Amino acid sequence: MSGWSNERAAEIFPMVLDGFWVVLQVTLVASVIAVVLGLLVAIVEQSAPPAVRRPVSWFMQFIRNTPLLVQVLFVWYAVSLYINPEWSAFAVGSAVLGLHYASYTSESFRAGIEAIPKGQWEAATALSLPAHRTWFAVILPQMMRRSTAAVANWLIAMFKEVPTLFAIGVIEMIAQVQTYTGLNYTGDVEGYTIAGLLFLAASYPVAVAMRRLEIRLAKSNY
Amino acid sequence: MPSQTTDPIIKFDRVNKSFGDLEVLKGLSFEIGAGERVTLIGPSGSGKTTILRLLMTLELVTPVKHPDENGGVIWVEGAPYSHMEKGGKLHVASERYLRQRRQKVGMVFQQFNLFPNMKVLRNVTEAQVHTLKRSKEEAESKARDLLDLVGLSDKVDNYPNQLSGGQQQRVAIARALAMDPDILLLDEVTSALDPELVADVLGVLRDIADTTNITMLIVTHEMGFAKDVSNRVMMFDQGVIVEEDTPDRIFSDPQEVRTQDFLRAVLSE
Repeated sequence: MSGWSNERAAEIFPMVLDGFWVVLQVTLVASVIAVVLGLLVAIVEQSAPPAVRRPVSWFMQFIRNTPLLVQVLFVWYAVSLYINPEWSAFAVGSAVLGLHYASYTSESFRAGIEAIPKGQWEAATALSLPAHRTWFAVILPQMMRRSTAAVANWLIAMFKEVPTLFAIGVIEMIAQVQTYTGLNYTGDVEGYTIAGLLFLAASYPVAVAMRRLEIRLAKSNY
Repeated sequence: MPSQTTDPIIKFDRVNKSFGDLEVLKGLSFEIGAGERVTLIGPSGSGKTTILRLLMTLELVTPVKHPDENGGVIWVEGAPYSHMEKGGKLHVASERYLRQRRQKVGMVFQQFNLFPNMKVLRNVTEAQVHTLKRSKEEAESKARDLLDLVGLSDKVDNYPNQLSGGQQQRVAIARALAMDPDILLLDEVTSALDPELVADVLGVLRDIADTTNITMLIVTHEMGFAKDVSNRVMMFDQGVIVEEDTPDRIFSDPQEVRTQDFLRAVLSE
């Protein structure tokens, strides 16, 4: 154990930065999954018959109530290796992370849908709007305003949980630091400090931007 | 009572509607002729709004066994509406059947229910384009004509929340008319408005009553308006028709005690 060294920091920085790019890529892929799947689940929970709705709700409940780490390890070792051992840890990890957070974003989307007055649905019926127009032209635009801030917060939380995928060998920042320390028997202080700062540098501006967006949406025309 | 030589455009045949244990309509029957303007009056909870909501298919009739003999069916324009014919027998209508049938029925709501995310013009064109498959140009030209008719041609590019309640309700009227309905349902359309805005909305509806032959069913507490536009008034209480007559007769010389009590209460407001 030794103190901070600028030389080691300079040496380790490019490695941690490589890990950071991986974190961003995982975040991007998992965000798309979390948003698209979360939205789909919210729509199913609102409009599908009970035979479809109930199992979906139950499964989402199950995901919310088990730890991400357990899900990641379970899917990697007990599912994906048997289905197709060629699948990369990056792909499987991103999918599990996205699915895990879809269980949260779907709740925020659902709350946004439920907050829309019943009269909007009734007006759509009175005008005989086709179901897809009711969803895409009437309900979802109004939901976006109500759900965007909450969903963005889930995505920021998800971004900070990407290091969990270290457990299945995704070469993110922790993996990079450990590679370095494994070879050099030092560098923990520099490595984890840099990793933490990179997280902060990325998530803080996003959080501020989200806050601004939230204020702007609150002032919008509807 | 206006004579009905043609087939009724709306026929309730022993219609039931319950919400849980609460029976709102119990075997209600009445007929309305094409082009008639009928006002439904009565205390709250008497089933007036339920009748409009059944016609808009926002509520569904409570099914009756063997509808061919026992009724419980709404008919519109001579064909079953709450039910559909299959193999010569009446069955509860499917969502698909309802979607197609309700296109000829339009509704204006107490709370306007404009789409707040769309500008005024698109509120009026949206269903023309996506339900009736009109071209965008045709829909816009029709929308502009109707918005002109309701006195809002300068508001096409505004969002609904930039308008007063009375203006919003006039947009809602234009939106309903854009669908060329044969039947227009007006559900307490001035109840949510500040008193000074009521006259404009009623003025627009009077114009429409004067210049079209749309069949109208009106639920309102505006007795002056009911007297002006309707040719029949039906007094409801507890889901049954207590009395029906021309507005002149029912307002000046109501026969039933419940009608007299109700009118006295409303007119003293």
